[in-house]
Amino acid sequence: MAVEASSLPARARRPSATLAFVKRHALTVYAALAFTYLLLPIAVVILFSFNKPKGRFNYLWEGFTFDNWIHWDAVPGIRSAVITSLELAALSTIIATAMGTLIALAIVRHRFHGRGTTSILIFLPMATPEIVLGASLLTLFVNVKVGFGFWTIFIAHVMFVISYIVVTVKARLVGFDRHLEEAAMDLGANAFVTFRKITLPLLAPAILSAALLGFALSVDDFVVTYFNSGGTQTFPLFVWGAARVAVPPQVNVIASAFFLIALGVMVINILVQRRRPKGLA
Amino acid sequence: MNWLHRHKHVTPYLLLLPGIAWLAMFFLVPLGFLGYQSLQTGDVLSGYKFSWAFSNYSDAVSGYQEQLIRSFLYAGLATLIALLISYPLVYWIAFRAGRWRNLFLVAIVAPLFVTYLVRTLAWLNILADEGPVVSFLKTIHVLGADGRLLATSVAVVAGITYNFLPFMALPIYVSLEQVDPRLLESAKDLYASPLQAFLRVTLPLSAPGIVAGTLLTFIPAAGDFINAQLLGTPRQSMIGNVIQSKFLELTDYPSAAALSFVLMATILVALLVYAKMVGPERLTG
Repeated sequence: MAVEASSLPARARRPSATLAFVKRHALTVYAALAFTYLLLPIAVVILFSFNKPKGRFNYLWEGFTFDNWIHWDAVPGIRSAVITSLELAALSTIIATAMGTLIALAIVRHRFHGRGTTSILIFLPMATPEIVLGASLLTLFVNVKVGFGFWTIFIAHVMFVISYIVVTVKARLVGFDRHLEEAAMDLGANAFVTFRKITLPLLAPAILSAALLGFALSVDDFVVTYFNSGGTQTFPLFVWGAARVAVPPQVNVIASAFFLIALGVMVINILVQRRRPKGLA
Repeated sequence: MNWLHRHKHVTPYLLLLPGIAWLAMFFLVPLGFLGYQSLQTGDVLSGYKFSWAFSNYSDAVSGYQEQLIRSFLYAGLATLIALLISYPLVYWIAFRAGRWRNLFLVAIVAPLFVTYLVRTLAWLNILADEGPVVSFLKTIHVLGADGRLLATSVAVVAGITYNFLPFMALPIYVSLEQVDPRLLESAKDLYASPLQAFLRVTLPLSAPGIVAGTLLTFIPAAGDFINAQLLGTPRQSMIGNVIQSKFLELTDYPSAAALSFVLMATILVALLVYAKMVGPERLTG
């Protein structure tokens, strides 16, 4: 086959080579444009965190300043909203990660009645529009007369984070080498010790990345929170309230800070994974 | 522990218990309440009564037909545009980006690290009436002298597309990454042109990614109300805007609950059709 191809006259092959060249670069240009589209709003968010708006509206560029970063909590309510968001995310992530990891272990490790139903129940919250999740919880709380606030948001966040934890941990568990656990059992460790000394440490990276995902989902959530917050303000709710009047540049400061932290964590995660030898989840 | 050893079959149920109980109590039961509420009549002051009021559903559908259709239209458009933008992009990453793939993947998910509302608001800056995009479009006479982008369907669809694009791109990337390069080589050896090789080998192999991405984009897009609220006007309002205002501003719970179910049912029907096509195992991962 290769001989045949090289024996073709050179002229016949050239147009396709030129075409391939053009096509290759067209795709690269396209990719560059698409990346510009994806990253432009991020650049705008960060840029406008340094803006010095003359009036109340932070829409047009009017001058550079560090003031917004130095006085990030100068806007009433923003500090407590950020703190509430972080507390909620930390708490709901811990609970959801614990429950989600256990579910993932059950689904991957055991054969039991209702395994298919369980998988569907895990999948459904992810396939349900957020507005329906939020609205149905609202009707529950209204009907059983629970007051809205921090704990109703907490309940909601744990609920929608669990599924993502299960999916993430499950993905790593599938390729998990069970020989180490069997070895521990053979050496006399009981199920609990084996889990604590072997399973958990090996699973730690998977659990950690699942928890990071959960934290990000919780911190960023607006819709479900909005329906179940009562008077409690999280950062996204603060932004929503501000958007009805005028969004202060401090909102851009917080969003930029969150973004840079998340980016940093993501890059570290990639670097660590690259170093770890393959085979260890 | 000894008890557990003797009753091995209960272990999975014990592992499941806390999480599944949480999901049952705060996902399934609330859906039941939503259904119950959707069949009630009355108002928030004098109280609601359960009365099998199926008319709530017909009223909801006929009263908000416009918003329902608009939601699925906007969501469909945004899904299509997201597919057109992200497919060539992730194709480039999978086959041309070499060792920098991971870096470019981070760039694709990067928008998700900016708070949803804030990245939507960034489009206010970009599309502002005196902003760069509008003035450029005016100079090349795409927009008239008093033309604007904000408060139009264009802005809302653009916002939705942008916000959910990573959910389209990632699954497609995953399926493209799994394409065995030897398959493409053999297609070439068998005298397939690059276009033919793409259409007959790469595209079919990436189909699962396209379908998954389509679902992951379309479902949240159909229920979205943030883009219409922040970038549009009531003339662009979607079904999510109606549900939101009925629940939180008008406290017309039965009608809002009925609308939520209509939205969910429409999406579920689409999902079931899809499950029939590709097999439920692939759908639930």
